[in-house]
Amino acid sequence: MSRLQTILALFAGFACIVAIALPYGQIADGQAMSWHYWPLLLVLLASIAALAVWFRGMPFAVAGGLAVLGGVVLMLLLPRIDLALTGYWAALVAMWTLAWLFAERLSLAIAGGEVAERPYGVLIPLMFGAAILTAWEAITLGANIPKILLPAPSAIWEVLLANIPVLAADFQQTFIKAVLIGYGLGCGVGFGVAIAIDRSPFLKAGLLPLGNFVSALPLVGIAPIMVMWFGFDWPSKAAVVVVMTFFPMLVNTIAGLNGSGEMERDLMRTYAAGYWHTLFKLRLPAAAPFIFNALKINSTLALIGAIVAEFFGTPIVGMGFRISSEIGKLNVEMVWAEIAMAAVAGSVFYWVVVLIERAVTFWHPSVRGGRA
Amino acid sequence: MSSVVTAKDLSLTFATSDGPVHALSEVNLEIEKGEFVSFIGPSGCGKTTFLRTIADLEDLTSGTLEINGMSAREARQARAYGYVFQAAALYPWRTIEKNIALPLEIMGYSKPERDKRIERTLDLVNLSGFAKKHPWQLSGGMQQRASIARALAFDADLLLMDEPFGALDEIVRDHLNEELLKLWRRTEKTICFVTHSIPEAVYLSTKIVVMSPRPGRVTDVIASTLPDERPLDIRETPEFLAIAARVREGLRAGHSYEE
Repeated sequence: MSRLQTILALFAGFACIVAIALPYGQIADGQAMSWHYWPLLLVLLASIAALAVWFRGMPFAVAGGLAVLGGVVLMLLLPRIDLALTGYWAALVAMWTLAWLFAERLSLAIAGGEVAERPYGVLIPLMFGAAILTAWEAITLGANIPKILLPAPSAIWEVLLANIPVLAADFQQTFIKAVLIGYGLGCGVGFGVAIAIDRSPFLKAGLLPLGNFVSALPLVGIAPIMVMWFGFDWPSKAAVVVVMTFFPMLVNTIAGLNGSGEMERDLMRTYAAGYWHTLFKLRLPAAAPFIFNALKINSTLALIGAIVAEFFGTPIVGMGFRISSEIGKLNVEMVWAEIAMAAVAGSVFYWVVVLIERAVTFWHPSVRGGRA
Repeated sequence: MSSVVTAKDLSLTFATSDGPVHALSEVNLEIEKGEFVSFIGPSGCGKTTFLRTIADLEDLTSGTLEINGMSAREARQARAYGYVFQAAALYPWRTIEKNIALPLEIMGYSKPERDKRIERTLDLVNLSGFAKKHPWQLSGGMQQRASIARALAFDADLLLMDEPFGALDEIVRDHLNEELLKLWRRTEKTICFVTHSIPEAVYLSTKIVVMSPRPGRVTDVIASTLPDERPLDIRETPEFLAIAARVREGLRAGHSYEE
């Protein structure tokens, strides 16, 4: 058991004792509540007992189980009180610490080969996400944070569920149309221009500085101009995305095309291989890691570009439009719901690109985890 | 016997920022069909440059060079030689069999013909059973054998090898030298082999070309008197040691100690 785990265990125990000793909440008439809620008392006592029994090396299942149980009890307690007091926060800290201890114990168990990486490795980020959401919910509701500043996850979730048709339309407008089409065009054109530039020194002198120039244009500057050119609907947003994604793809592809080794190219010369053979059999495969870098960078850039572009003129649908109009109505839950959707869509998009990258560049040392 | 490589007064000068560098100066050499010729000399003597000039990877400055009666460029375009580099230079995204298929694909061989040749050359370098592996899954020696198989796949009569075993340890190297000799006898190819190891040169060659630097030139051409059948312990015989001594002598004579 490492020193960190000892400290965590001691700290968790201390927090449990504080949580039992001090009142956990206040109800309408200002009365402080101490031991009225037996499930909380039970979890805290069980945690202290478990920490005492397994002070050296608590099984990760026990730590995790207690943390989850404690989290659930703390959530159930929230509607029963008007304001959380020190005891509640101490209990929250205790459960957080137990969750941390769980992560430490589990990663140790995985490293020691006691449990398999799959599926147990997934538990750590899951527990982390749950802990963040629990703390968020507890702090916003327990401390009565104004919802304008930060709404509770449960409130955001409710709004999200109630507005699925609206969100779906926004998603369709911004992600399916503007982002995906703009991304495909921007990456495709960047790739094509890179091949052309590589072929011709004349284009290299002319197009590369132009691409550089375009990429240096500020997003807020080009977005309104694109609206002038391509109208209010999604084509203008797709155009912004094209401008944003073009240059990373261009630069990375050019770098990738020059990335194949001297010896490998000499080898192609000894076969008297033509330009296209060399391109398809050597230079493009060797450039693949670079190209996928650009695809990954662009997957997040595209979403940002499309959402921001909608702030500069849009029909009454779209993620960016919804964010700007709902914040005007102080309907922050809806804004957060859009943010949540954007975060999930962006992550999934990125993740899909990574999966394809792994399949295509399986041979690269960074993917197969070996030496060069 | 017909000559495969004929160099007459071949010179090659690189223009560098420090002025011209005479990489090769008036090299005259004739390589006959079926010979195993080693090029040996200290670094900077132009042995690799000479090999690259034969392969049309460098352009000669003056003199003439004929390969199978053609210019170097024509010979390259006719795919007259297979080249083995210092490193295996296998493409990591291709399996071993696909790497061997690479020149065959470029040269337009049909799929059944490719498969036949892959099988045959893999057998030749004792790599059957590793066809589906990727290069990084193989040891350095096996990778270099695969690269030799790749150079053999399209049946060029001339094999150019640029220190192919330089990066390998001595035990692997001995083994591969033995294999290479067997392969040379079986395939009756002409082999040009660059090395800076005297025992390697003497063990392998029918002819040893000793070169010296500044400017790169040929100082001695030694015809080996060793028999065709060469077990590894031939390296302890007086005959072998005598040839090695002459090579060493040639290297010493060509080396200037003034710098």
